[in-house]
Amino acid sequence: MTPEARLGELVRLRLGRHDTRRGFLKTALAGAAVASASTACDGAGVEKLLSKHYLKLTDEDKRKLFARIEAEVLARSGVRVTVGDPQPMAGVEFVHALDLSLCNGNRRCVEACARENNLPDDIRYLRVVEVDAGTLELANAEHAYDPELVPRSGKNYLPVQCQQCKKPPCVDACPVKATWVEPDGIVVVDYDWCIGCRYCQAACPYYARRFNFREPSIEPSRINPDQAYLSNRIRPAGVVEKCTYCLHRTRRGRYPACLEACPTGARKFGNINDENSEVRRMLERKRTYVLKEELGTVPRFFYFFG
Amino acid sequence: MIRYLQYLKSCAGCVLRGGRNYYLWMGGLFVLTFLGGISWYHHIADGLGITNMSNQVSWGIGIANFVYFVGVAASVALLIVPAYIYRIEEFKAVVVLAEIIAVISVVMCLSFIISDLGRPDRLLHLSPGLGVINLPSSHLAWDVMVFSVQLVLSLYIPAYLLYKRYLGQAPNLAFVLPPVMLSMLWAVIIHTVTAFLLSALKSRDFWNTGLLAPRFLVSAAVSGPAIILLCFAAINRYGGMRIADRVFDYLAHVLRVMLPVNLFLLGCEVFTELHSGTAVTESARYLFFGLGEHTLLPKFIWTAIVFDVVALVILLVPRWRQQPRLLYASCALLVFSIWVEKGMGLVLPGFTPSPLGEVVEYVPNASEIVLTIGILAAGALLFTAAAKVTIAVQTGRLRLQEGDA
Ligand code: SF4
Repeated sequence: MTPEARLGELVRLRLGRHDTRRGFLKTALAGAAVASASTACDGAGVEKLLSKHYLKLTDEDKRKLFARIEAEVLARSGVRVTVGDPQPMAGVEFVHALDLSLCNGNRRCVEACARENNLPDDIRYLRVVEVDAGTLELANAEHAYDPELVPRSGKNYLPVQCQQCKKPPCVDACPVKATWVEPDGIVVVDYDWCIGCRYCQAACPYYARRFNFREPSIEPSRINPDQAYLSNRIRPAGVVEKCTYCLHRTRRGRYPACLEACPTGARKFGNINDENSEVRRMLERKRTYVLKEELGTVPRFFYFFG
Repeated sequence: MIRYLQYLKSCAGCVLRGGRNYYLWMGGLFVLTFLGGISWYHHIADGLGITNMSNQVSWGIGIANFVYFVGVAASVALLIVPAYIYRIEEFKAVVVLAEIIAVISVVMCLSFIISDLGRPDRLLHLSPGLGVINLPSSHLAWDVMVFSVQLVLSLYIPAYLLYKRYLGQAPNLAFVLPPVMLSMLWAVIIHTVTAFLLSALKSRDFWNTGLLAPRFLVSAAVSGPAIILLCFAAINRYGGMRIADRVFDYLAHVLRVMLPVNLFLLGCEVFTELHSGTAVTESARYLFFGLGEHTLLPKFIWTAIVFDVVALVILLVPRWRQQPRLLYASCALLVFSIWVEKGMGLVLPGFTPSPLGEVVEYVPNASEIVLTIGILAAGALLFTAAAKVTIAVQTGRLRLQEGDA
């Protein structure tokens, strides 16, 4: 597919005129969906026993909930954090592009991401793999290369993270709608609603989702106090998390941490709807491709050779 | 109501009374269940980090067992067909026992699933009314729905039939036939939905095949009858009730037909996967030959295939299959081989290699194995108790006495 065609595809999909088998299933069973949605409202008495789904929180709920989380972190680790809830900006759809001819595999992005997002040592949202020059085949990728020795000759480097798909299989998979696509294209997880079944992990073709097998422990001095409910707040044990394009930064007009840390300038990020944005220019001018295009997930993450 | 309480009391009495061997058996099972309970407690208190699962292999022995026992639950329908479609009396006598096997399998499935959740405390998020259910998109949500129905069906049928028998009344067919017919349909449904749960994942080439649902059904028609046959043999031997030879012949016959079909489908899968030799067949290579130094799974799968073949030979040679011992041995082989084929051998290759080509090998650790054994023991415990009551009621030893009511 040419970039123009792909761009066209992206725009077409955004307008929601796509028709798939599952789309058909959805229409056919819309009745069931409506029924389940309408029964899904809360009974008042039990309300206190249960946490609420993010999308049902009122402003008042949010205020109390965020204050409670902040107090808990303070009590546990003595760090004063703020949990915010930046909202998507109207007309914005975020897209990430990555120049593979610049990436040299140094993995600065991986560590910057971990610090920004309060990740414990056993969780990393980003994977940079080493592939032989001349192929991008993941089956033979080297995951354990030494980032001190890069770039090695005859090798290319391929960073992979959540592709923020337009049609994300993980979101379809979740039995309790604990994960969804925000209006600006970011796939988020409600850490207080997830039941930890890990079906979304099985459904993700990009190995983008991580499960908190243990209560995450982060050294107090490393805790990033600038947090958001749907992104980098410290997660509870037993739930799934993933890259959120640093929505607590990007929705406030900053770049994601991975981009800022990248010394080679391989990463581009911006609003695809803005004709003058860098990502839009890359998409229009460069030869781009997306990972596993054949799966029809329509990633909002592009690779190109600059 | 009072009569029903009376009935429950006599059932409890029946379960609590027994000979020395009965107490030993039940005591042993209870200890194993208890140990499993301790392990479950640690799963909850310490998190799933105490298991050997990882982000690469995010489902392990728990899901494997779940998939396996879905098959056992569903296969019970195979006994309902001769009982209620062909109306053969000998089979009607065992329908209650068969349904008990089904309901216990469902309970075990639920235990395997719930103990595998990261947040079992949030189970209510799945319930209608209090939670949010992602229908029609999520196959897992569908599975939860059809499982709930199955649980109700397979609890209701034996409970109703037994109670009627206890009262000495003939069951009202209008209350029996519709749910029984539905339960046959439901056997196919729970199975197919569970297969679709895996085969619909385009991220996992190993599961993403149309053959998965048929293979599920066929392999269940092997493991299920094998387990049922062994349970019935145990009842004949220790239970004080005589299950007709005709039932055993029928089960062995099902095995004789379905086992070759199962092997055939396996062969089709192996041929296509390995012959194409593309990168997407790495998972199959992992299962049958191992990848690099990771060669544990091939040992299991080849043992299973050898077991299948040995069992098939026993079942095909009339002189051998007529010897109960050999017949039981072949069933035992099949119980294990299908567990490998459709449990671990199905779940693990789906995760290996990971979508980014990483090979991480998963082997369940002690706590996972203890939990599995605990749930199996709890199943056996429940079955023994329920079967004891059933037999007492069926044979007329336990029934409403004049003046009780
Ligand atoms: S692990 Fe959480 S987010 Fe993922 S499918 Fe299960 S409930 Fe949904």
